[in-house]
Amino acid sequence: MTPLLVAQIGLILVIFHALVLAAAGMVWVERRLAAALQQRLGPTRVGWQGLLQPFADVIKLMFKEELRPRAADAFLFALAPVISASCAFAAFAVVPFGGDTTLFGLIPEGLRLQVADVNVAILVVFAIASMSVYGIVLAGWSSNSKYSLLGGLRSSAQMISYELSYGMALASVLLVGNSLSLTDIVNRQAGAWLGVLPRWYIFLQPLGFLIYLTAGVAETNRAPFDFPEAEQELVAGYHTEYSSMSFAMFFLAEYVNMVTVSAVATDLFLGGWHGPLLPESLGWIWFLLKVGALLFFYVWMRWTLPRYRYDQLMRFGWKVLLPLSVVNLLVTAAGVLYFGM
Amino acid sequence: MVTLNHYLILSAILFSIGTAGVFVRRNLITILLSIEIMLNATNLTFVAFGRALGAADGQIIVFFVMTVAAAEAAVGLAIVISVFRHRESLNPDSFTNLKW
Amino acid sequence: MSDVLLFYLLGAVAVVASLLVIGQRNPIYSVLLLIASFGALSGLYVMLDAPFAAVIQIIVYAGAIMVLFLFVVMLLNAPHEDTEFDERVHPLMRPGPMRFGAALAVALIVELVWALTKRGGESGQFPGGAVSSVGAIGRSLFTQYAFPFEVTSILILVAMVGAVVLARREGQER
Repeated sequence: MTPLLVAQIGLILVIFHALVLAAAGMVWVERRLAAALQQRLGPTRVGWQGLLQPFADVIKLMFKEELRPRAADAFLFALAPVISASCAFAAFAVVPFGGDTTLFGLIPEGLRLQVADVNVAILVVFAIASMSVYGIVLAGWSSNSKYSLLGGLRSSAQMISYELSYGMALASVLLVGNSLSLTDIVNRQAGAWLGVLPRWYIFLQPLGFLIYLTAGVAETNRAPFDFPEAEQELVAGYHTEYSSMSFAMFFLAEYVNMVTVSAVATDLFLGGWHGPLLPESLGWIWFLLKVGALLFFYVWMRWTLPRYRYDQLMRFGWKVLLPLSVVNLLVTAAGVLYFGM
Repeated sequence: MVTLNHYLILSAILFSIGTAGVFVRRNLITILLSIEIMLNATNLTFVAFGRALGAADGQIIVFFVMTVAAAEAAVGLAIVISVFRHRESLNPDSFTNLKW
Repeated sequence: MSDVLLFYLLGAVAVVASLLVIGQRNPIYSVLLLIASFGALSGLYVMLDAPFAAVIQIIVYAGAIMVLFLFVVMLLNAPHEDTEFDERVHPLMRPGPMRFGAALAVALIVELVWALTKRGGESGQFPGGAVSSVGAIGRSLFTQYAFPFEVTSILILVAMVGAVVLARREGQER
């Protein structure tokens, strides 16, 4: 039981709780930000400035009755939210969010702020993202209801279509970063050109960044790609028949997926935890600021852009985004070859 | 100590489970799934031998086997779909038109 | 020690899941159990110092091919097998398939084990080697195996076109 081992176990607990609290915080941020964008107030009564609103929501959800349609397949009905939620959390296991820190000298060697430093970390994130399709498709199927099945199939078709552009954008960053390990890619983005422009890959891969974010938004089923959950068209899509904590698990999964996509985008394109004015061991503060900026962008997009119709969505994914990402890959490859990076 | 033989025996067991599935089951989808089990068993053999010989060739062959398995699954399922539309049944015993 | 334990655990999961795949009536459960088997195999690849094979097993097999199977099973609303025959007896419990299948499987296992383990003198210990890097695999894939790589891309194109053509309904204009 070396101090490092204790610190690593503590890190896992901290990350898990931080993700759950981040999801809760996102509920509050979304509602207040939506209100601000729509020139109204939003929840302000529960706790100071409405900060306890997510907890009130959770308590309300916990007290609701847990329903299951009689014709639903019981095992799959119970399994689907578990798959969604666990894939959302598992994807964060390989995301680094800070430099080596010694916790103010409590542990002799540096504790890397990452649960597992796998040297194929990008592929692991992609693999777990492709597993999260099952939660949705099983939810849609096992509910044995028309709206659920339609929403589930549409949602999973959307997710597997946008996974291709997601993977191509990752491949372009791979070419520039020359490594599959997220820690290596972040460490290559330290420093600045001419002392003023940070060496972030967003400046080398602007199109790749946009493609990655678009595909990420589509992967997490957020607006403007949230047709499968559209309240106006499909009741509630694949989670129509769910109530109480199962419903809460789907929402938890959605918000944690948003956080993971933003965290990976920060690591790949925005320089991770590197930033001016702070020492390496406090880099996680910069990381949180950058992830926060991307989450703000997510919420902003949801309440500003109208929703894509499903066939427009699929056409965009296959006929626009995928060719763009292939072109981006080719141009990146040519650039890497020419500039000899 | 896990030796190469352990992996080969495991792969042999998986392969024969897949073969038994192809023979015993009378549902086209389950037959295709059993074929996938057999392909996975051979993948395991390739990776185990690649590790034992210290070459990366095992993983490369696995890459190609997976690609071919994906293509075969896609075409096989398309055939299952079009055949199902004619006969409304997934039992291979009901497609006996060519029997004399 | 933990190595052996992990091998037996993952191997047991793979074997039991595969047995259940061929034993389930409901095709959806078969697909999900096969995904579990693939997960166990992926763990075995990691134990064999092949992280690339492990990850692409999850991405390609468990994440794409099985989704395809699941879609087809759902869209066909695939009936449980043998709806026209007696459904009270489980398909594997009927006298013919059970005996023949079990005998065949056991014979095959014995043959394969004999063939695979008769490989010269050494007992088959793994040499102590480093994890093969993805970079080495990529380099080999694009230089030594470049021709099969290009051929598989044509193969996938042919499979895509074939699947679309085969699954089209009769009488569609496009």
